[in-house]
Amino acid sequence: MRRYAAATGRSLALGLLALTDMVLAAAVMLMIIFSFTLGLIFLFPPGARMLRRRTALARRLNGRLLGREIGPSYLPPPPPVRRQPDGWYRHDRQLYKTPRVPEWNNRWKWMFGDPATWRDLLWVTLNPLLGAALLLPAITIGYAVATARQGHPVALLLGLMAAAAVAVTPWLLRFYSWWNELLLGPTAKSLLASRIHSLNQAHLETADSQAAELRRIERDLHDGAQARLVAIGMTLGAVEALVETDPAAARALLGKAREASSTALTELRDLVRGIHPPVLSERGLGDAVRALALDSALEVKVTVDLETRPEPPVESAAYFSISELLTNAVRHGGGDRVWIDISSHQKSLRITVTDDGSGGADPARGSGLRGIERRLAAFDGVLAISSPPGGPTIVTVDLPHALAWEDGSDKRAQMPKWKWAIVGLGYGLGWLPLFPQGIVAAIMKIIEHENKSWFYILYLPEPLHWPLIIFNIALGIAMYGAAVLIPIQHSRERWMAEATPRRLWLHR
Amino acid sequence: MSARVVIAEDLHLLREGLVHLLRAHGFEVVAAVESGPELLKALTGERPDVAVVDVRLPPTFTDEGLQAALAARRAIPGLPILVLSQHVEQLYARELLADGSGAIGYLLKDRVFNTEQFVDAVRRVAAGGTAMDPEVIAKLLASTARHEPLAALTPREREVLELMAEGRSNAAISQRLFLSESAVGKHTASIFTKLDLAPSDDDNRRVLAVLAYLNAVRS
Repeated sequence: MRRYAAATGRSLALGLLALTDMVLAAAVMLMIIFSFTLGLIFLFPPGARMLRRRTALARRLNGRLLGREIGPSYLPPPPPVRRQPDGWYRHDRQLYKTPRVPEWNNRWKWMFGDPATWRDLLWVTLNPLLGAALLLPAITIGYAVATARQGHPVALLLGLMAAAAVAVTPWLLRFYSWWNELLLGPTAKSLLASRIHSLNQAHLETADSQAAELRRIERDLHDGAQARLVAIGMTLGAVEALVETDPAAARALLGKAREASSTALTELRDLVRGIHPPVLSERGLGDAVRALALDSALEVKVTVDLETRPEPPVESAAYFSISELLTNAVRHGGGDRVWIDISSHQKSLRITVTDDGSGGADPARGSGLRGIERRLAAFDGVLAISSPPGGPTIVTVDLPHALAWEDGSDKRAQMPKWKWAIVGLGYGLGWLPLFPQGIVAAIMKIIEHENKSWFYILYLPEPLHWPLIIFNIALGIAMYGAAVLIPIQHSRERWMAEATPRRLWLHR
Repeated sequence: MSARVVIAEDLHLLREGLVHLLRAHGFEVVAAVESGPELLKALTGERPDVAVVDVRLPPTFTDEGLQAALAARRAIPGLPILVLSQHVEQLYARELLADGSGAIGYLLKDRVFNTEQFVDAVRRVAAGGTAMDPEVIAKLLASTARHEPLAALTPREREVLELMAEGRSNAAISQRLFLSESAVGKHTASIFTKLDLAPSDDDNRRVLAVLAYLNAVRS
């Protein structure tokens, strides 16, 4: 009972809100028309912004009232205009003194070129119509109550209709939410666009950190092993000269050379450990982390539950993330126990590092965490930290596509039979309630034509005429709508499933 | 009779170097192989007095040598094996020591430079003793430093413990630390009391007890 009352209340509220969109739609249309016919181009961005504010509200309400979160569908905003070395700002072939005009141009292009803007406009224009549909249950109830007050005998029938309308209200709301998602939700295109955007970002960061890594290795080799080998060579040269005349000095120099070679080896060993630890290539992630745990000053408990060995790049990223997190726990945690848990769930690899330290870790401050995020970004990995003051600190790393896994996404490709049946029914019979029994009957009613012909509604008692006519029109539209939208919705899913690579980085 | 040695090392130069070195010090090299399967065959077929084995060997270039050594020791318990590697890991040291029968060595490849000490280590392992790389022991002690009985050791006792854990006899320790043998004996007795271990006159047993103790503290 309460559920239906709540649903009716929600549909009334959403319907009234939707009716006000008529004003907004008209205003925005005017702004757009003016901006193109009269050249008042500055009217366009505020218009688009108004649309975006309204649809943002609609997305929020959809999540709050209808229980279906809708993400924003816009393309990523343009990057800020960069100042050139000569102090000017460039847009196409023009130079500007301040970034204002180029910024404005970019924003304008961004809003104008984004299909989501036009989908927003379509949604706002059609929303009053749907809003009217949402008001139907409330109107039916009101109509029934008014008729009952007049003591008309069909009030009973109208009451039944009102009850039926209330009963279908949850379905009405579900349809509305689905409709909202269709127009306001991210399209495949915008999802791909933002995906490309984030991939670009990850790509840049990866390339950047790799270059930095190579520079570090180069510097280490240059100042370390290479320099020591030169020294050894020189010492050996001196030994060669001294071996006849002063064997004792030569022997001392040889000792030095040997020492230098030992140092060079130690340095190379450390360098290798930093590039790719030998245990990792010899034994894989589990044992490498165990070796790490053994070397740690804290008491570290390692649990590994992996069915397959991840690809080497993933292993390496996971290993260095854990190593960094362990170092953090030693340095800042202040506890004496650490638990490392590595597990797989389908194709995702999840790592949790927990310490019993004092907590209060700030993800914004540590550059180490930033480094981990950069490493993980290449694999779509994410890092989450929970570190309340007083501890414990729990860091979770999730690598969603790390492991090979066959999922059943192909099943979605085929449309099930019942969906085909609805589509067939919609196209085959949708015309019947919409035209002859709906619109044509309404016209007959308006012009007060005497001939009732085969319009069944006109044979029924007077107060039922309009409700049934509106019901028929709505039914017809809904049938056509379902017939058109179900395949679109379905093939969109399929398309997304096909367009999303399952394993992003490996093409051997 | 000279001790019979099997050598496993995939780098040609280093393998030849080891063969020459050990021959020059009176060992009889019965096989010098370069891959894991060959090594396992040589170890079980020849039953050498000692084997010098590189961890990373073909065909997989992972821990082929270590696995072959462990497999051979499962087949022939107590087969003396000295493992050489470019890097040392406590994890591997544990696995090698796990059966508790001794006659095990685990050294960095650099230690070959110091011929005298290296040959000494090979002899020790052949005789059923232990030769652990100072770096392994250092790591082991570093990660156990916070534990109670170990923290109570004096600096001198720690030094003695370190050398003892590497597998050296009292005589060798006294030479290294410029102490009399009786002083070293006193230190070891004190260490064993503090760690609550049963004292033993046998050098090899003593070393294994200490290593087992340190590993137990870790886990």
